Amino acid sequence: MERDGEAPIISLRNVWAGYDLDTVLEDVSFDLFPRDYVGLIGPNGGGKTTLIKVILGLIPPRSGSVQVMGSSAAEGRKYIGYVPQLQVSDKAFPINVWDVVSMGRIKPGFGSLRLKAEDRQRVEEALRQTGMLDLSKRSINEISGGQRQRVYIARALAAQPRILLLDEPTASVDPQASVQLYDLLARLNEEISILLISHDMTAISAYVKTIGCINRRLVYHRDKSISADMLDAGYECPVDLIAHGVPHRVLPAHDKDGERLE
Amino acid sequence: MIDFLREVLSYEFMRNALLAGVIVSAACGVVGTLVVLNRIVFISGGIAHAAYGGVGIAYFLGLNPVWGAVGFSLLSSLAMGYVHRKEKARADTIIGVMWALGMALGIIFVSLSPGYKADLMSYLFGSILAVSTGDLWLMAVIALVVLAFVLVFYRLLLAISFDETFSTVRNVPVGLLSMAMIVLIGLTVVISMRVVGLILVIALLTIPPAIANLYVREMRGIMVLSTGLSLLFMIAGLLVSYALNLPSGAVIILLAGLAYALAAISKGIFDKRRQIRETTAQKNDLELIR
Repeated sequence: MERDGEAPIISLRNVWAGYDLDTVLEDVSFDLFPRDYVGLIGPNGGGKTTLIKVILGLIPPRSGSVQVMGSSAAEGRKYIGYVPQLQVSDKAFPINVWDVVSMGRIKPGFGSLRLKAEDRQRVEEALRQTGMLDLSKRSINEISGGQRQRVYIARALAAQPRILLLDEPTASVDPQASVQLYDLLARLNEEISILLISHDMTAISAYVKTIGCINRRLVYHRDKSISADMLDAGYECPVDLIAHGVPHRVLPAHDKDGERLE
Repeated sequence: MIDFLREVLSYEFMRNALLAGVIVSAACGVVGTLVVLNRIVFISGGIAHAAYGGVGIAYFLGLNPVWGAVGFSLLSSLAMGYVHRKEKARADTIIGVMWALGMALGIIFVSLSPGYKADLMSYLFGSILAVSTGDLWLMAVIALVVLAFVLVFYRLLLAISFDETFSTVRNVPVGLLSMAMIVLIGLTVVISMRVVGLILVIALLTIPPAIANLYVREMRGIMVLSTGLSLLFMIAGLLVSYALNLPSGAVIILLAGLAYALAAISKGIFDKRRQIRETTAQKNDLELIR
């Protein structure tokens, strides 16, 4: 499938995936194009993590196909800057910010103590882009959750990715830091496509360009709003969060039957 | 004191013991850091105990027990590494079984062998004073291999220790490297066996990095500091055991354990004081504003 003559950078076709006897993703099809900024929301246990693993080639789909930059996921994932969810246990690890970000430069067959000049330059650039250069000598347990999230974004950027793939980027970040984080992502989106997956609707509604819903099945119309038919189809999106308590309305005003009122 | 040291160093077995201490400290400091940061202390204990199976079988066959230990610790590190990677859910159970099986095999083969077996105790509890010059060469070669590997692959080892998933996504051969890391543990176990014995190796691998980790927040720093600490414990333990005529391996570990307890307690007090100081400072700031 093409758009404006451009090929998708991530393309899932009728993907089924799961663990043992448990099917988690059912018939998921999805395209991510250059400069897209897509937020996928879904409840916990709705297959968000599985979707990420399938895209990164960490688990093979049972059926269907996954392509990244026109290649298999395992081949194409070098173009993906993966930003995992913050783990409490990471803080216990004795490592400083600079060393974490330098992991973005890792390639197989390389690993000695000293980095090449070009690699050092990329690490510095990524730290500058994320505003973490001044804290680069700090230990990972001496910085806040929001700063740690920036460090992981910097690590992803150091690899010069075409796509940023973020898993719950604001799960353990305070609201003010979240706003700054989304400002950063919006700036990065001028050059890099972003796919963001979260259970927290309030977090992404105001910032992404398009929104989809994932709960075993994926509903995505390349649209900013979540249509009532998406909800009626039984995807159990967090309705409260979609319609209330957000800076702007994502869900169009609708009556009980799910018809739009506009 | 000087006279005491001169007396101690006048014996070849004492000089060999100190050299063995230096070699083992370097290997244990570096590999032990990887063990502690990867939370695979249980695997290192398993490899060490299973290695006794090799000691017993070699003894039964009339071979040098050291080579039996080398073979068995390599074999068990490969097997435990495989289980650790492929059977995540039941790994600790299976490794625990292998741990005991190796030990049991060793005991049975030793009891089947005829003759006087007092020297076999040295593999279990160490006998740093009995390290020969030939032993030293073997230890030095193995230690160099271990240190060279860590030096060459430092950043990859750091990456897989910190974030395995991210490393996989960057196409780092995570499985291969983590197996190699576990083989390094097996090699380190073999060279530490002569110093503190198979039963106490687990302490020499974990206590120095655990102390260093209290004060240093960088992997290479922990490697260097725990090498120094472990050398300190060995020299002190050696001298104390010589002076009091106690088993050296056990004294070394006892000193290390005491140091860990002291370090952890003082660190706890220090952190608490700092918390109180900072809270008071914040309170004062607030009052100034009012």
